Amino acid sequence: MGLVHAEEMTLNIGPQHPSTHGVLRLKVKTDGEIISEITPVIGYLHRCFEKHCENLSYEQVIPFTDRCDYIAAMNNSFGYVLAVEKLMDIQVPERVEYIRVIMAEYNRIASHLLALGTFGLDVGAYTPFLYMFRDRERILDLFEITCGARLLYNYMWVGGVSHDLPLGFMEASYRFLDEFEKNINEYHNILSYNKIFIERSADVGIMPKDVAIDYGVTGPNLRGSGVKWDLRKDEPYSIYNRFKFDVPVGTGIMGSVGDCWDRYWVRAEEMQESIKIIRQALDKIPREGNVHEALPKKVRPPKGSIYFRTESPRGDLGYYIISDGTPTPLRVKMRSPAFTALSALSEIATGWMLSDVLVILGSLDIVLGEIDR
Amino acid sequence: MIINQKVSDILEVKFPGVVILPDEPHNDFIQIHPEKWKEIAKFIKTDSELKFDSCQCITGVDLGIEDGLEVRYNFHSMQLKHKIEIRIAVERKNPSIPSIEQVWRGANWLEREVYDMYGIRFKGHRDLRRMLLPDDWKGWPLRKDYKTPNIYNGMKIPKVRKGWD
Repeated sequence: MGLVHAEEMTLNIGPQHPSTHGVLRLKVKTDGEIISEITPVIGYLHRCFEKHCENLSYEQVIPFTDRCDYIAAMNNSFGYVLAVEKLMDIQVPERVEYIRVIMAEYNRIASHLLALGTFGLDVGAYTPFLYMFRDRERILDLFEITCGARLLYNYMWVGGVSHDLPLGFMEASYRFLDEFEKNINEYHNILSYNKIFIERSADVGIMPKDVAIDYGVTGPNLRGSGVKWDLRKDEPYSIYNRFKFDVPVGTGIMGSVGDCWDRYWVRAEEMQESIKIIRQALDKIPREGNVHEALPKKVRPPKGSIYFRTESPRGDLGYYIISDGTPTPLRVKMRSPAFTALSALSEIATGWMLSDVLVILGSLDIVLGEIDR
Repeated sequence: MIINQKVSDILEVKFPGVVILPDEPHNDFIQIHPEKWKEIAKFIKTDSELKFDSCQCITGVDLGIEDGLEVRYNFHSMQLKHKIEIRIAVERKNPSIPSIEQVWRGANWLEREVYDMYGIRFKGHRDLRRMLLPDDWKGWPLRKDYKTPNIYNGMKIPKVRKGWD
């Protein structure tokens, strides 16, 4: 490899391509089949999120945060409302805290199901994708009976949530979790331990620990490289310190630490942990309580700024909010985890074959809505 | 937030006069002069007591037309599990600041985004291009003195409404 140098060719992937997970363009320089450089071109989905925020009140920003990461909208607005609540020093009722954690973890499972399913699709496995969408659909149904929306919820509010859990939610939840736990084993059989899948993903696109940290990569991608770092555990926000769960890390079972299979595996294991958290939350949630109790009359935080991070399915999601004491924020900056993950793509994909690029890209689980904002 | 005091003290010994002492005491951030920023960045990344190995977030801020621009950095240490915010003020006219792109590789795109939105030039950045906006976009949209153009490449730009009454 690399002894004979042919003429370099520049190849264009995207902006419209089924495997780029959105509107992403990759300028790929190849030496034969070997990648020598990748330049991602982003911004096709730029909707001026940060500029809009400066003209809207704090509550009106919440639907925009939903639309940034449309795969995990609950987690995105969760981070935002927590940051605003911290600025305003609001204490939300117990029941709200539990509902939020349940919703965030459900959305994490839904997001991971989509990530794993499309990753399989990139590699050529079509069936697991359909199976995973079947289960994701049931989570969306749970969201639908709760707040009426299936994808963009506007569910988390500053000081509360928009609707209380509906009648029958608990029973439906328990039923779903029982069945889903069995289904995960099915996924392992048809995808995780599939010989072809392992051949395509193990030992491919290895992201060493130091590279991941240097690029600011977080979330399952970082944990796939063997770093045990999860904000829910290491810097617990909301009520995550009350739950017992593990932080799965990549150990290189099929190849070496930090390869595509490890990143896949971390997500699969995280779904198990999310089930554990939801079960505990469903058992412990206070039966009574008004979810609108702590809603402030006016959302007008005092002067100041805050950088608040939460663990979204893609990694550390940070909101930098500056308030000047008026009802509109002076600045809202979103630190997107997929943005930093994509910035590392060129580094980890260099030297691999052209067909591996889409596998590596799929294993990073990027959402272009969040990258371009 | 004892770490702020610690970083401030260590920097004061190593680079005298670089930390701008605040008017009123607080524990949220440290403000420094921009001149030796790259050396300081290298130092806080490698120093055994600090080890800020991860550059989490770089935020450009425009505090208002009378005030200047500011760049705010959020660093985190994966090894020692602490974090810090560093602020550097830059002037509005011809703003520039040393780049830390060669210190943390993740800072590359984050700095490009700040340049894209605020026009702050990062000295020493090897690939300073627009990140999210098209290459032929004019002006720096997140500055408070930015005027939205009426027309872009022959296309009409809709007006931004100022909130809902």
